[in-house]
Amino acid sequence: MSEPLVKVRNLKIGATVYPPGEKPHDIEIVHGVDFDLQPGKVLGLIGESGAGKSTIGLASMAYGRGGVKITGGEVWINGRDVLKSKLRDVRRLRGAEVTYVSQSAAASFNPAKKIMEQVIEAAVEQGKFSKKDAEARARTLFAKLGLPDPDNIGERYPHQVSGGQLQRCMTALALCPEPDLVVFDEPTTALDVTTQIEVLMAIKEAIRDTGVAALYITHDLAVVAQVSDDIMVLRHGNTVEYGSVDQIINNPQEDYTKALVSVRSIHHEEKAPTSEPVLSVRNITARYKGTNFDVLHNVNVDLHPGQTLAVVGESGSGKSTLARVITGLLPPRDGEIEFAGRKLSADLAGRSQEDLRELQMIYQMADVAMNPRQTVGTIIGRPLEFYFGMRGAEKRKRILELLDEIELGESFIDRYPAELSGGQKQRVCIARALAAKPKMIICDEVTSALDPLVADGILKLLLELQKIENVAYLFITHDLATVRAISDNIAVMYQGKVQRYGGKTEVLSPPFDDYTDLLLSSVPEMRLGWLEEVIANRKMESAGN
Amino acid sequence: MHPVVKLVSQRLALGLLLLFAASALIFLGTLILPGDVAQSILGQSATPEALANLREELGLNRPALVRYFDWLFSALQGDLGIALTNGQDIAESIGKRLGNTLFLAFWAAVISVPLAIFLGLLAVRYRDRWPDKLISAVTLASISIPEFLIGYLLIYFVAVQMGLFSSVAMINDSMSLFEKLNAIALPVAVLTLVVLAHMMRMTRAAILNVMQSAYIETAELKGLSTFHVIARHAFPNAIAPIVNVVMLNLAYLVVGVVVIEVVFVYPGMGQYLVDHVSKRDVPVVQACGLIFAAVYILLNMIADIVAILSNPRLRHPK
Amino acid sequence: MKNIPISAMIGLFFTALYFLMAIFAPLLAPYGMAEVVGDVWEPRSAEHLLGTDNIGRDLLSRMIYGGRTTIFIATAATILSFVTGSVLGFFAAVAGGWVDQLLSRFVDLIMSIPTLIFALVVLSVMPVTVPVLIIVMGLLDATRVYRLARAVAVDIEVMDYVEAARLRGEKIKWIIFREILPNALSPLVAEMGLRFIFMVLFVSTLSFLGLGVQPPEADWGGIVKENKDGIVYGIPAALLPAFAIATLAISVNLVADWVLNRTTSLKGGRG
Repeated sequence: MSEPLVKVRNLKIGATVYPPGEKPHDIEIVHGVDFDLQPGKVLGLIGESGAGKSTIGLASMAYGRGGVKITGGEVWINGRDVLKSKLRDVRRLRGAEVTYVSQSAAASFNPAKKIMEQVIEAAVEQGKFSKKDAEARARTLFAKLGLPDPDNIGERYPHQVSGGQLQRCMTALALCPEPDLVVFDEPTTALDVTTQIEVLMAIKEAIRDTGVAALYITHDLAVVAQVSDDIMVLRHGNTVEYGSVDQIINNPQEDYTKALVSVRSIHHEEKAPTSEPVLSVRNITARYKGTNFDVLHNVNVDLHPGQTLAVVGESGSGKSTLARVITGLLPPRDGEIEFAGRKLSADLAGRSQEDLRELQMIYQMADVAMNPRQTVGTIIGRPLEFYFGMRGAEKRKRILELLDEIELGESFIDRYPAELSGGQKQRVCIARALAAKPKMIICDEVTSALDPLVADGILKLLLELQKIENVAYLFITHDLATVRAISDNIAVMYQGKVQRYGGKTEVLSPPFDDYTDLLLSSVPEMRLGWLEEVIANRKMESAGN
Repeated sequence: MHPVVKLVSQRLALGLLLLFAASALIFLGTLILPGDVAQSILGQSATPEALANLREELGLNRPALVRYFDWLFSALQGDLGIALTNGQDIAESIGKRLGNTLFLAFWAAVISVPLAIFLGLLAVRYRDRWPDKLISAVTLASISIPEFLIGYLLIYFVAVQMGLFSSVAMINDSMSLFEKLNAIALPVAVLTLVVLAHMMRMTRAAILNVMQSAYIETAELKGLSTFHVIARHAFPNAIAPIVNVVMLNLAYLVVGVVVIEVVFVYPGMGQYLVDHVSKRDVPVVQACGLIFAAVYILLNMIADIVAILSNPRLRHPK
Repeated sequence: MKNIPISAMIGLFFTALYFLMAIFAPLLAPYGMAEVVGDVWEPRSAEHLLGTDNIGRDLLSRMIYGGRTTIFIATAATILSFVTGSVLGFFAAVAGGWVDQLLSRFVDLIMSIPTLIFALVVLSVMPVTVPVLIIVMGLLDATRVYRLARAVAVDIEVMDYVEAARLRGEKIKWIIFREILPNALSPLVAEMGLRFIFMVLFVSTLSFLGLGVQPPEADWGGIVKENKDGIVYGIPAALLPAFAIATLAISVNLVADWVLNRTTSLKGGRG
């Protein structure tokens, strides 16, 4: 085997933290990581937030973000230890031998400069190409990455192209200087699933065609399995498991890796609809104040007691607007809603206390869904007090019961939200909703801000509570894996309309309409070769048309 | 219409509207008194006949709305009326003094703006090290003392103790530019100190804000030199916030001038205004107030327009 | 209350000291406020620790009484400005719609004229008395508080926890006092410190211009005006208020900084 392009030995990274009320101090966030990367190969770095994966990626460019400092170890690139190099030599390395693609291309492009200028800047400044050659190369890359109008797109400003296109421009920016290594830092995380697959295909083909090596950083194992040769699983700054992609996906050794591979494997049998739905949405059409277009067109869905209706769609599909209409925050222009056998007032102000109690909501960002100045006890206790007039010992007893249901102990009652982890916060929000003894809960992307294993725990809890309390869920999400895991019925939304609606099995079985087909085939699957299949299928289809 | 043209003309229209409303407010501000101008001039012991005569003479018997538009249209034509106290034409008295005030403010701006931007950059460059800390300490001190006291501190230590420069800043036409500059050295120094602190602090914040953007990280990861990163990537995006800072502080300077002129007995608008406030000479106060407000509104408007013009999203719409 | 940083301790100590001095001025001052007890501009001595002023009154006594007036006016104006500004600001944020528009545009208009100039225009026709000063200063400054209170409340208003409270069916009283106010309090208290400093500077400036506190009443700005002629003869009596104002302002600033830092740390840290 030839000398590796990248050789990392015992890499240790520290950061200065500023905990409130305490003196700032240094902590170690990466505790000695080793890996090798051969030229032209791709290593996937995977882990939850806080695992240190992005930090390691940036360390390969001898760069520490914010208060991050590389405290020990070696990073050899092309036979040089970059951690011991002078700043001048590191600058020769950055942008020439190693380049970087960030999660948010929208923020990473300078808003005041044209795209072309920024794409070729490193190549020209580092003396790799003349301006003319670099521009020609950039145009070739634009074409290869499937960008529209590759000859002229460089003349636009970053805000003039879409998010998915900009992410591809960022990839062109990284590939333009013909680097030996590209660090991809969650390049598709911020994108919708149908856009994600386009960018993913473009990146994969570009890596293959240019023969560049890559570090691919993500929290999504299914994604990384499609593009990597090797995978390193990280947790809390330590290596959990490091091996070939085949070994990690098909034969994981560590429990943590096994859990990651089997994530979203919750199995939930579809329930048959009962006679009377708890919620009937009839012909709802809605638009926001001050705009002149409808975000919802003639939407009809039913939700049955004790069941789950998943409303799935990408950003802009109108799924969250539907939730606002049902809660009464956005009175619709047309149509009506029937809830528990009665007609609901369109406006929040016109609803009875009973309506409000029986229809609860759980939010995506648990952090901002709880008042930071209230304790868990106050947060869960308020609905008990407000709806049932509970006081004192009786209230406390019920709060403890609810804490027990969400698998948190008695000690949580006096804690503030800031003292809880992301998963714990979401559990408290679930308890607050359950405290009202609702017939139905709207769950708005409740797991999408959480790490996969934590999200799994929340989904399992929701399913269990559904059995005990016989509560119905209207589950709004963009994540089809979640939909598969928990729904009984599915409504696929696209551009404000219900595109496909019915029982889970029916909706997820062919024949599909075009959009549902695109959506379903875009969700990364946890198996090798999936992306190649999709690429091949889509090429065949477009050739067939 | 191009969105920039639209936004700029909207902002211009708003500026005019604001100026119009401000003039109404200034006029209204002088109507909320118990008694009126005639009472002020003649004092509490005036006989009702004398008051009635004077009211007639000043046209105070006409409705307020008529007087307001009368005043506004004359002002638009450059006629600011007659001072009650000495019967002189206000526009004439102001003309000379406005020139003097602008002269003072101009030199204070010429020194403080580049200095503040330079020191702001310095504070960013040495962030959290001693130059930055020193600068913020000086800032804290200088915003904790009123302008006029900074003036007297300088007079006491520089003019009296060290015998440098003059403690009164009298200027007249027969002086050469150099003599004039020598005369206004201390007031300019005070004004500079006062606005410098604010301007430095705001410049520092504006640049830091830009330097923390993700695109600066992108530029650094391209291996560009620090100078290159700042000049090509940070600077174009920092222009608007810095111009904003400068304009806001020039507006602040205009107000600071009022007090400083009194301290240094400088023959400008500020002193003229303060003198006539004590003498309750309402027409003069209204005229001066209108001019100060107009300058203030104008500077704020320029700041907004520069922000619109330098926004790439507006300049290059989709 | 543990974990107070040293800077905030110092700030609290001196702020308290000044306020105590203001409250107990008659007990502390060695001579009467307007009592002529010596020669003009006597240097400091055992009888007159800070010397005497332009007509032979004891300067230390005048400074203590002056501080009392300055601090009293500034405090009263700050309270007026805060009550008016924050009540209207919260009201505008929660009510929204045309109420918000009307109030906000009116505040924009007042703020388009420099505060000092506006104050001078109004004072040119009003009798200059302490209540008039407090009202003029307090109301003009209320515009700043209004903007802050409204901005803070609007930020909190859009939080999901406020929406959750609305969906629960909570009344507006609960939303303002239990959801918004506890989260808005710290930035408002910190701002109160800054507004107080501004009021001290403002009333001193007005008095210095002869349009604030009228003689023979003492206040810090007035002491500068009375003694400014001494400066050219090398008599630094007029500079004493500079020291007093600066130390008071810096102390309050240190406290405000601390309150503000505590706020930001609450967002991410433990309560």
